[in-house]
Amino acid sequence: FVERNNDSEDAELRFVTCQSLWNQIKSETEQVQEDLNKQLFDNLVSFLRRSHSEFQEKTTEWTCRMKSREIPTAALVLGVNVTDHDLTFRSLSEVLQNNITPYIAFLEAKDCPGIKNLMQKLMGQLMNCYVDVDSLEDEDYVQVSQNRIRCSMTSLTNWYESVTKKTDSETPSKKRTSSSRDWQSPPVVVIFKDMESFTTKVLQDFIVISSQHIRELPLVLIFGIATSPMIIHSLLPHSVSSLLCIELFQSLSCKEHLSTIIDKLLLTAQFPFKLGEKVLQVLINIFLYHDLSVQNFIKGFQLCVVEHFYSQPLSVLCCQPVDAKKRVNSLSHDQCENIRKLPSFRRYVERQVSEKQIALLTADNFLKEVTQKLLEDLHVYHENYVSVLRCLHVFTSSLPKYPLGKQIRELHCACLENRVWETEEYESSLQLARMLNKSDLVTMLQQCVEIFVSSSGNEFDKTVERLKEFLTQFQKLEAEAFQEQDVSISSQKELQKKTDLYHLQKTLLELKESRRSKKLTKFEMLRFEVVDYIDSLVRNYLVPADHKTLHEIVYFNTASVLRGHLNAAPRIALHTALNNPYYYLKNQALKSDGGRISNKAPDICIVYKLHLECGRLINLVDWLEAFSTVVMAVEGPNADAASSDQVDDIIHARFIRAVSELELLGFIKPSKRKTDHVARLTWGGC
Amino acid sequence: GIKVRKDKTQLTVSVKRFVKKLENISDDEAQEILEEKNYVAALGICAQDPVGNGSGVSGGEVYSFQTPKRSSKMAELAAELAQTPGQSVAPDHSECPEKTAKTPQSSSKYMFLLLMHVFSLQLQSKKKEYVATTPYRLRKRLAAPDPYLESESEYSASCSEEEDEEDQKEVRTVLSGRKTPAKTKTLSTPPPRNTLAKKIKEDKMSNLVEEYFEAHSSSKVLTSDRTLQKLQKRRLNQQTLHDILKKAPLAYAAEIKELNQQHEFLFSKWKLQLHLGFNIVLYGLGSKRDLLEKFRTSVLQDSVHLVVNGYFPSITVRSILNSITEEVLNHIGTFRSPLDQLEFIIKRFKEDSSLELYVLIHNLDSQMLRGERSQQILAQLSSLPSIYLIASIDHINAPLMWDQAKLSLYNWLWYETTTFSPYVEETSYENSLLVQQSGSLALSSLTHVLRSLTLNARGIFRLLAQYQLENKDNPSYPGLSFQDFYQQCREAFLVNSDLTLRAQLTEFRDHKLIRTKRGADGVEYLLIPVDDSTLTDFLEKEDED
Repeated sequence: FVERNNDSEDAELRFVTCQSLWNQIKSETEQVQEDLNKQLFDNLVSFLRRSHSEFQEKTTEWTCRMKSREIPTAALVLGVNVTDHDLTFRSLSEVLQNNITPYIAFLEAKDCPGIKNLMQKLMGQLMNCYVDVDSLEDEDYVQVSQNRIRCSMTSLTNWYESVTKKTDSETPSKKRTSSSRDWQSPPVVVIFKDMESFTTKVLQDFIVISSQHIRELPLVLIFGIATSPMIIHSLLPHSVSSLLCIELFQSLSCKEHLSTIIDKLLLTAQFPFKLGEKVLQVLINIFLYHDLSVQNFIKGFQLCVVEHFYSQPLSVLCCQPVDAKKRVNSLSHDQCENIRKLPSFRRYVERQVSEKQIALLTADNFLKEVTQKLLEDLHVYHENYVSVLRCLHVFTSSLPKYPLGKQIRELHCACLENRVWETEEYESSLQLARMLNKSDLVTMLQQCVEIFVSSSGNEFDKTVERLKEFLTQFQKLEAEAFQEQDVSISSQKELQKKTDLYHLQKTLLELKESRRSKKLTKFEMLRFEVVDYIDSLVRNYLVPADHKTLHEIVYFNTASVLRGHLNAAPRIALHTALNNPYYYLKNQALKSDGGRISNKAPDICIVYKLHLECGRLINLVDWLEAFSTVVMAVEGPNADAASSDQVDDIIHARFIRAVSELELLGFIKPSKRKTDHVARLTWGGC
Repeated sequence: GIKVRKDKTQLTVSVKRFVKKLENISDDEAQEILEEKNYVAALGICAQDPVGNGSGVSGGEVYSFQTPKRSSKMAELAAELAQTPGQSVAPDHSECPEKTAKTPQSSSKYMFLLLMHVFSLQLQSKKKEYVATTPYRLRKRLAAPDPYLESESEYSASCSEEEDEEDQKEVRTVLSGRKTPAKTKTLSTPPPRNTLAKKIKEDKMSNLVEEYFEAHSSSKVLTSDRTLQKLQKRRLNQQTLHDILKKAPLAYAAEIKELNQQHEFLFSKWKLQLHLGFNIVLYGLGSKRDLLEKFRTSVLQDSVHLVVNGYFPSITVRSILNSITEEVLNHIGTFRSPLDQLEFIIKRFKEDSSLELYVLIHNLDSQMLRGERSQQILAQLSSLPSIYLIASIDHINAPLMWDQAKLSLYNWLWYETTTFSPYVEETSYENSLLVQQSGSLALSSLTHVLRSLTLNARGIFRLLAQYQLENKDNPSYPGLSFQDFYQQCREAFLVNSDLTLRAQLTEFRDHKLIRTKRGADGVEYLLIPVDDSTLTDFLEKEDED
């Protein structure tokens, strides 16, 4: 049902691939999110279980009664990326629903401008909209506000009692099969999604009122907090916050979340689709400098996927290697031509011998074979790339000053951008790596071995062996070191024995000599070897992707499109259009040098330019005359031909139109301070 | 002192360009001396225009903190004096039409262009000698108040007596302001341009902030007092305006068409992206109405869609929601609040996954829709997976409507669609200052209502109208206070107690003939919400009767 811009027969297939890929990615991200939140949710769940155990036991002890004035509260610190919270809360309520209680109310500040609305919302959600809106309304009109609140609170407790009674009278096991414990009265959980934006009055009232009823109604509050836990105390006075029994929960920071997502989505051979360096950079910049929202990052990623599959006809091959083979075989002639047009493929052809070149350029079947092989190569390259990248990251991430970046995504970007081993940063990080101490080096090597073992690529058997060899050598060194120590100790003993000056001098010189001649201990030699080996790995496997043939098929690289759609600059667009209309209207008459504007520009541009000259108030008459001067200058010759009155009218009308357009655009507004004046709303260039 | 400083900040805007300009200035100065003196003043201002104009063009400067590049007085004068050369030069065009045809490329500065028409043929050769010498002489001459100049200035003829006074003053400020460029010129003509630039840079930092507050501190803004009424030109009403504009050919129609075609190329992509859960917002100069209309007719023909004309002055979120519930969901019934209605819509759309709706909103940033609450509701609406929103924005500050939460609800994809097409529909509702309010409707309703009232009631209304007309020149006229009004009515034997007056006023209010508002002191003020000209017409008509 979606028409693509080109009418190739693959469009449908491409769309399907795109959809399935996106669905995969989406489920993966959700999985990641779930895993990350698991810890947090487990803590919360156990807290909720604990909170009303007293209520369960129905003890009548005095301490308990004292305590029961307090509402157990969980403060959930979620970080500033408010837009991601929605998802967190949704999964939270799901978890709670399954494990703790069916009674969950979910309140947002924008729904609750007053305590009345809050209570209505609360009851509506708890009773699953048993309360008819109309009946509530009648009630509203009948009773006074104070009265109603109490009434609804008591009705809430009544409702709660009846509900729990009912479930008691029913077979309790039936209702509570999901929860492990046999809960007689599950707590009522009220979630305040964005606590900061609630009006304090409403919050205070609600807390005070509900603390009165806490004995009948096992209430638990959950505050979603974006800033810091201190906000509770600044929002609520002491008398109110003392009614709360707050426990703090900290969610994972969004940065960690992002790096997991990148790890799972990009640094894996699982998904055939890849992001180019610039695109990734744009996405990360938007994340770091604009919103810190993982949700937006994923959205940007989605856009990349869609854009790639939309604009690249060959993206039909961007799928799992098994499918890709089949699809290559069924490629049409046009698609083969498309392959031949790819710049990376051209480079590849140029490297071949001439017969092969001709075959590649003429025979479709041969081309398909080669393409299959190349695609396979690309896939293998990705597999290797990821493992080696991780391995390199192990080394670089612990170096002082992090010349190649702390996060693996920075390293990834650097590797994508160009040959990483040609950069200065790489050079300096190798230098630093050559100075690592042994224990660090050994642990790193062990980590590398783990990475390579766990990776799916089968080329790494040798590498693993080699690394293991290094490890055993290190161990040997250790043993040798013990012996050496013995030697040195013995020599020292000798020193102690011989006390005459001559001998002492001689032995000291000898010792010195031996040290100098050695220069590099065995350990140092080995260290160099290890670093060199890593270096060779990097040179082999971390070739930037755009040096690979057919990388266009799987890499999305048009960062400008992405930036235009996600991080647009409407003001700049307006500004360019007004200042430099030639940018949009390719007419020679509009061409001007150095940002100046031709007097033949569209009316609105001229009027805009004129208004830039003015202060806060603009006299319309003067403006009009200036405008007509400019316009007359353009139409000079014709001005006399037509009746001047007519021309005047047209210019007047054009002026009116331009001014009202400026008003619509928000540059000016009518002013009452002086007759026939408008006020300017902007300063400076825009 | 202040003047000098101000000029310096003008210079800072773009030093290089200014230096270049200065040469032009001096060239012109050289020429001017041989010409009429009033040209001198005019050109002095014109020469400053390029400085201002040249600024802020580079994209990078768009967002930077910009001070007023000129004090408001100076700038306003620039605009004011702009007409002087224009008026005098306009007739000159017949003399050198071929010149006009040739030059526009080279001189994009219109003022400059005009002057060049006049002067370009003369004195080209002698420039250099003047460059060094004139500024001093010129400065001396300009510094001295010159009655000759004032009496000759073009607009004293068209202005009233007191305006003339002010004009004189203004011209003098021009002159004093004008001294500085000349002085700077003498500093900078020889090689040391770099030093000048450096100095200016230093100045820039220190003055930047000061300048800004200086320009904003004085509440008094000097502008000319000319009004449109004195222009001897009838105001156009909406209809004639429309007709005239229809006659006038649209400039660069071909290029605009090409632009539009580029945008139309994106239609199928838009539809795809809408289906994938994004919403699309269009920005850029020019009306995007036609583009969206085209999108609607070419792509959305077979699907359910709703077009919202955001620029319509009485559009509300409620009406949007109503049209969804009533026409799309076929629901009959009312809702207590927009939030309830929204909830209902969300529920319906979630229940029935086959339900799809395209919403096209022209001008999402219009007066009526830009409020926080309406944006929140629209954002929530657009976040529904089966509602596809495509909207356009025009206001420069439109993106400020949305905070992070709303942005994530909207899930925008931004598309730049600069069309350069005129905002015909969008501005037709805007009550532009220049368009004459027809007022015919208001007038007829006035007469009709009043005709049905008693004689006394008419008298009461008349009193109020007269009083309002007497005060029409007072911009801060709050209305007639109830007590005063009562007093006046008593004196005219129109009412005998304030109760009867109140009853009468209630009747007026019901017919929307008057408006009451409370002043700061709690006194009730009465106002007729009709513009003065209509009111005058009405009184004249009454008198005839």
